[in-house]
Amino acid sequence: MSKYHVSTTINGDPVEYLCEPEQTLLDVLRDELYLTGSKEGCASGDCGACSVLVDDRLVCACLALGAEMGGKKIETIEGMADGDELHPLQQKFLEHAALQCGICTPGFLVAAKSLLDRNPDPTEEETRYWLAGNLCRCTGYDKIIRAVLDTAAEMRSGK
Amino acid sequence: MSQALKLDDDEQDLKYVGTRPVRPDGVDKVTGRAKFGADLHLPGMLTGQVLRSPHPHARIVSIDTSKAEALAGVKAVITRDDFQDMESEFVPAGEMMVNYRDVVRNVMAREKVLYEGHAVAAVAATSNSIARKALRLIDVEYEVLPHVIDAVAAMAPDAPLLHDDMMTEGVDPKPDTPSNVSKRVEFALGDVEKGFAEADVIVEREFNTKPVHQGYIEPHACVASMSEDGQADLWCSTQGHYVVRTHCARLLNLDVSKIRVTASEIGGGFGGKTVVYLEPLALALSQKTGHPVKMVMSRDDVFRATGPTSGANVWVKMGATKDGRITAAEAVLKYQAGAFQGSPVQPGCMCAFAPYDLENVKTVGYDVVTNRPKVAAYRAPGGPISEYATESVVDELAKMLGIDPVDFRLRNAAREGTHAAYGPKFGPIGLVETLEQAKAHEHYNTPLKPGQGRGIASGFWFNIGGETCVTLNINEDGSATLMAGTPDIGGSRASLALMTAERLGIEPEKVRPLIADTSSLGYNFLTGGSRATFSSGMAAVEAADEAIKEMCARAAKIWEIPEDAVVWEDGHAKPAGDNAGKFDPLSLADIADMAGKTGGPIGGAARINAKGAAPSFGTHMVDLEVDEETGRVTILRYTVLQDAGRAVHPSYVEGQYQGGAVQGIGWALNEEYIYGEDGRMQNPGFLDYRIPVASDVPMIDTVIVEVPNPRHPYGVRGVGETPIVPPMAAIANAMENATGIRFTELPMSPPKVLKAIEDRDGG
Repeated sequence: MSKYHVSTTINGDPVEYLCEPEQTLLDVLRDELYLTGSKEGCASGDCGACSVLVDDRLVCACLALGAEMGGKKIETIEGMADGDELHPLQQKFLEHAALQCGICTPGFLVAAKSLLDRNPDPTEEETRYWLAGNLCRCTGYDKIIRAVLDTAAEMRSGK
Repeated sequence: MSQALKLDDDEQDLKYVGTRPVRPDGVDKVTGRAKFGADLHLPGMLTGQVLRSPHPHARIVSIDTSKAEALAGVKAVITRDDFQDMESEFVPAGEMMVNYRDVVRNVMAREKVLYEGHAVAAVAATSNSIARKALRLIDVEYEVLPHVIDAVAAMAPDAPLLHDDMMTEGVDPKPDTPSNVSKRVEFALGDVEKGFAEADVIVEREFNTKPVHQGYIEPHACVASMSEDGQADLWCSTQGHYVVRTHCARLLNLDVSKIRVTASEIGGGFGGKTVVYLEPLALALSQKTGHPVKMVMSRDDVFRATGPTSGANVWVKMGATKDGRITAAEAVLKYQAGAFQGSPVQPGCMCAFAPYDLENVKTVGYDVVTNRPKVAAYRAPGGPISEYATESVVDELAKMLGIDPVDFRLRNAAREGTHAAYGPKFGPIGLVETLEQAKAHEHYNTPLKPGQGRGIASGFWFNIGGETCVTLNINEDGSATLMAGTPDIGGSRASLALMTAERLGIEPEKVRPLIADTSSLGYNFLTGGSRATFSSGMAAVEAADEAIKEMCARAAKIWEIPEDAVVWEDGHAKPAGDNAGKFDPLSLADIADMAGKTGGPIGGAARINAKGAAPSFGTHMVDLEVDEETGRVTILRYTVLQDAGRAVHPSYVEGQYQGGAVQGIGWALNEEYIYGEDGRMQNPGFLDYRIPVASDVPMIDTVIVEVPNPRHPYGVRGVGETPIVPPMAAIANAMENATGIRFTELPMSPPKVLKAIEDRDGG
């Protein structure tokens, strides 16, 4: 079976890869490019641990095919910090202890960033519904929601 | 909103314990850098995949792997023939026991498959797609047998038998015919018949719960690499890498020293990652191929083949006098063990009435095998099931007597000196404090709106200690490295760094805590039973004390005074007694800097069997409303009050309370294994096995009560397990208050709630 050759952009860098037709974007990120920050929790789009942005749209990388990504702009958790400076969401997750085991954290951060890019002043309810596609089994969501709302408030105040 | 209730401010003046610094492993986890089970790639690595049984119960007539082995890219196929049989031998696994005869059969079916998803063969191939193709080329001939899924049905005399040689233990005389009941256990105190005769009111109820899965977001994963001389490296997501090493050494007949296990970051466990599934298979495949082999479960595999906790049938009878004193309590618990014996029915019995000071108690438990995956520990294993039933009955008694449910619990609450029904006398415990705080809490005193209900329930878990080793190295610049052996599931590295820093008198950022591999540190029992912060913390303090003693000796040498004339205060060696004030104090960094000239590297180690674990009690309060048209329940408000002993890092203590409560909400309202008549699970994915999502729950308020454990240097009790015990009863009690219906079956999912409402209304 021949592989597809794909040229794309990941976290701002031009990337080329070969993939089998059945490989998902998540398979490609993890197994071909060793970008293992995106996690596989279900492979069926139910847990959100593989959340990435494709052309600014929040998607589960396990539900997109690697072969479809030609010419797209992909953003993963590995591109979220700016050099050695954490994104405000990453910083607030640490300060609020919004993670325990940490397996869902990359997906939550990518999804939360996507929320704040669209809506800089979400209500608690809007935040809970936006993040309803990301499962966390450790925290009960309390500290995650607080971290996102606190980040939004801080970013609005321009600190 | 969180509050901390300090009961002992005068006792210890603590600088770092009780603060909330950023956790040491935090940045790695918010940047995607942290390496979990499936994140390791090695050169030349193969993919291992497992063929699983489609039948819930069948005899394996034959397995033909020849076509799979002939497929290009397939490097090895393993079956039951690749594992030696094992004698019956019980060993501890978490708070439960496993039997090696069963373990070898659970990792790879031998005579029979005993549940849908039971492993039958495994392949190693050069790619996922080739491995998948190879699995389809393995021919397994099955003789399908009748199956049984439910525990009560499995106890019937004519039920299909899973094990022809299972004679019930714990009954006298021992039966001479096999059954699906592996054992009967009993705990009794006083005389329940006498107690019931003294009661003014008696409530008797039967409850049923479904198996629920731990639901860790990270599926089981490992990478094994074995060299031709039998030396092996194993990387895996586990709560106990030493326990994995022990099991794998036994199953593969290797010396323990040959296997080095490194615990990856672990993406949730909750008790479910205390046993082995893939690890022995990956090692066997690596042994056979000479390549590293990576194995990762799918979510479907996780549901079908790894341990949920038991579903159960629980009968409870309790009696009380008019003035609210419980006179007798009795329960019979029938817990599903899954395909092999070993449900948590024993701890279930011991927990059942633990929150109460009772004279007359009797609990009887049955461990029942069924054609389901073998259960594994799940957070306070056994406790949530039995305490759901007993706390429901306690609430009903209070209501019948017209006594406030908190007051009724307070009137009967276990206190220091209470003789627990399961044996010991309690030391200082914080149940009464959680109840008093609950009663005074603004939540409890806020009026409800029409149609809403409020419920309350208490809960108990033992907590454990056990074998623990740590090594502490004082580095030449005055920083310190702590190696512990209890995998960090939810922030224990943070708490260990805080306790070590407190003892040494240096800033927590100067302490780097690591989880060592099994060859770098002595044996550690697994992370479970809420023991990691308790036991490794105790060992870390002991190791720090050894290092401090050595640092005092070095200072004495420099000052040329006796060793016992030096004291350690606030991170400095200071001359004491007659020499007080004669020399300038030497800081830890000063002493570390001169270590080479004063006797060599400085450090400490501790190898202990941590004793003195103390139980944690909690009380939960919940407000909810029921949509009477759909049966959907909305949790409006939730407060957890629990005794932490001491909250070393309060944020992560709150996190345990909140996470346990929400897992409990899922258990109460949604989660269940659903089986068809064919004995196959119908909801093996997160879409249909629905764990709570962010929009299902409110903020979870917490109150940390601190009644220190006198047998731990910083008063730690362990906090992780208790929070999952009270939610099911608290929610059921709130449901009763909202609808007038006493629900006796979990989950209280919309179809069941709707039907109960229709029945209530005569529809």
